Amino acid sequence: MSYHNPLTPPRKSATFDDYTLAEIRRAAATGIYDIRGAGTKRKVPHFDDLLFLGASISRYPLEGYREKCDTSVVLGSRFAKKPITLKTPITIAGMSFGALSGNAKEALGRGATIAGTSTTTGDGGMTDEERGHSQTLVYQYLPSRYGMNPKDLRRADAIEVVVGQGAKPGGGGMLLGQKISDRVANMRNLPKGIDQRSACRHPDWTGPDDLEIKILELREITDWEKPIYVKVGGARPYYDTALAVKAGADVVVLDGMQGGTAATQDVFIENVGMPTLACIRPAVQALQDLGMHRKVQLIISGGIRSGADVAKALALGADAVAIGTAALVAIGDNDPHWEEEYQKLGTTAGAYDDWHEGKDPAGITTQDPELMKRLDPVLAGRRLANYLKVMTLEAQTIARACGKNHLHNLEPEDLVALTIEASAMAQVPLAGTSWIPGKGGF
Amino acid sequence: MPVFDLSTTPLRELNSALHSLSKGANDTAFEIVNPRGSHAVAVGIDSPVSVEVRGSVGYYCAGMNDGGTVTVKGSAGPGVAENMMSGTVVIEGDASQYAGATGRGGLLVIKGNAASRCGISMKGIDIVVYGNIGHMSAFMGQSGHLVVLGDAGDALGDSLYEAKLFVRGTVKSLGADCIEKELRPEHLEKLAELLEKAGVAGVKPEEFKRYGSARKLYNFNIDNADAY
Repeated sequence: MSYHNPLTPPRKSATFDDYTLAEIRRAAATGIYDIRGAGTKRKVPHFDDLLFLGASISRYPLEGYREKCDTSVVLGSRFAKKPITLKTPITIAGMSFGALSGNAKEALGRGATIAGTSTTTGDGGMTDEERGHSQTLVYQYLPSRYGMNPKDLRRADAIEVVVGQGAKPGGGGMLLGQKISDRVANMRNLPKGIDQRSACRHPDWTGPDDLEIKILELREITDWEKPIYVKVGGARPYYDTALAVKAGADVVVLDGMQGGTAATQDVFIENVGMPTLACIRPAVQALQDLGMHRKVQLIISGGIRSGADVAKALALGADAVAIGTAALVAIGDNDPHWEEEYQKLGTTAGAYDDWHEGKDPAGITTQDPELMKRLDPVLAGRRLANYLKVMTLEAQTIARACGKNHLHNLEPEDLVALTIEASAMAQVPLAGTSWIPGKGGF
Repeated sequence: MPVFDLSTTPLRELNSALHSLSKGANDTAFEIVNPRGSHAVAVGIDSPVSVEVRGSVGYYCAGMNDGGTVTVKGSAGPGVAENMMSGTVVIEGDASQYAGATGRGGLLVIKGNAASRCGISMKGIDIVVYGNIGHMSAFMGQSGHLVVLGDAGDALGDSLYEAKLFVRGTVKSLGADCIEKELRPEHLEKLAELLEKAGVAGVKPEEFKRYGSARKLYNFNIDNADAY
């Protein structure tokens, strides 16, 4: 009778997992880093790690469908002569014409307008269609200054000075040549077909003291009418928020690392910046320390997907949120309807992120005239409006359960955390305890 | 002629007056005294007014000018005539950094020197500098012309797109993808036109060298990574 040593199954390294090995081989074969769109795909502490407590003996709820729960928000009340009033605190984040098709931008404008909220231009300027279909349009003032001009500044409803974004704090943009159509090239004053690099720093200011003067200039050009937002990526939220307030911002937009981008290096998206959840409390603390909470409004973005996320962001102290990726999904991005075509591109619905290549089967992140036709801007706008209304209703449902007659009355006290990490970041107690890491007590 | 004394009149009143001129207004010549380094002087002009500033200004003088003629009888702080659309801005003294940044049109004349990043990200503006310019000038310049009668600092035209650069003196160093190019008849003609518009006398177009983009960095190539 022979003896066989027992076999153990092959064991793969946790460090060198299949994805890592494939990426090493891809880099070796192509000699270029991976560029893609969207935000981080790694799992990070997020709103899913928080729960609302709801009402109890000491907190009574409001009657659903009967007692009012207000969702309106005013943005830009600090200095602007014409602050913005929105019906819902869920806004549409900046996404450029160029990165997105004209139909996609129109759909975002239509959907936002039906839902009573704002949409935002991007790195490429303002199109007439976008202005025409957006009742409230925020005009981004970016380092590249592509498409920047005083007429559009004056026909905007607000101005957003972009310092950074969550997907790439400290990084500029890149619109690869294949997406540079005649119209995109013309709007950006560049030859067709070349890669368009967007600078990471503004060309005419550095630091908070300069920013204060830049904001003064923008206010003077627009006769102090427009709210001025300052958008930062989730890097140093306490100090960035404080410095934006010091520089004179009406609104601070804070974008965590789940926030999307049209295109940048995967290594950047996955390794630079902080999760949205980790950004909110330091930013709110900065506003409170300066006596400016609710006077300078805080908009949070990066991974907002549902009314629960909205309610949690507001409970942590935000005044409003912005959505980008979720809005694209609502209008048809990564829809399984196009699965066959995603497969041909070597991917699958839900994972498609080569937005920079301009081959989007859904006709959203493309300038290809044939692909663009696939997106009906009226229908897509309606879908976005539906989604925004559902999110708003969801947030109201939670707020009523917590006994709040305005979404802004939600508080950190209404929340608990499911994990120690989320508890530390959100500074709410671990569920079932009164313990917040770093705060003492048990 | 409306006169604004910025030692007694708020900046807001000045810029508001410049923006509220009705079409066909007769009183279109403005004088500003005691600017005392104020920021955002005469910004957002959107009609063919004439503004004379008697003294030196701070940041962003004549920012986003669209059609006005602004003359500064002194020096200008950072970002003078930034993002100009059209019109003319003349600085009798020196200009600080970022002069003419992202300008899309019009003519900026600096009769003294300009500091670093003159013409950064220029998108169609014409800039004529009587003296020298600092480092990183015309960085990522997309279109327009930068004419320098004196010398240029380090890294001229780094990551240049299609802006055309003309320097009469020395260039300390060229930036990535910027090379010296042939001065052809059409360039001599354009130079002569710009020199005349800028009021430069006694200088011949043939005295300049032309610099432009080698266009090697227009599309990303891993083998050019050392250039970035």
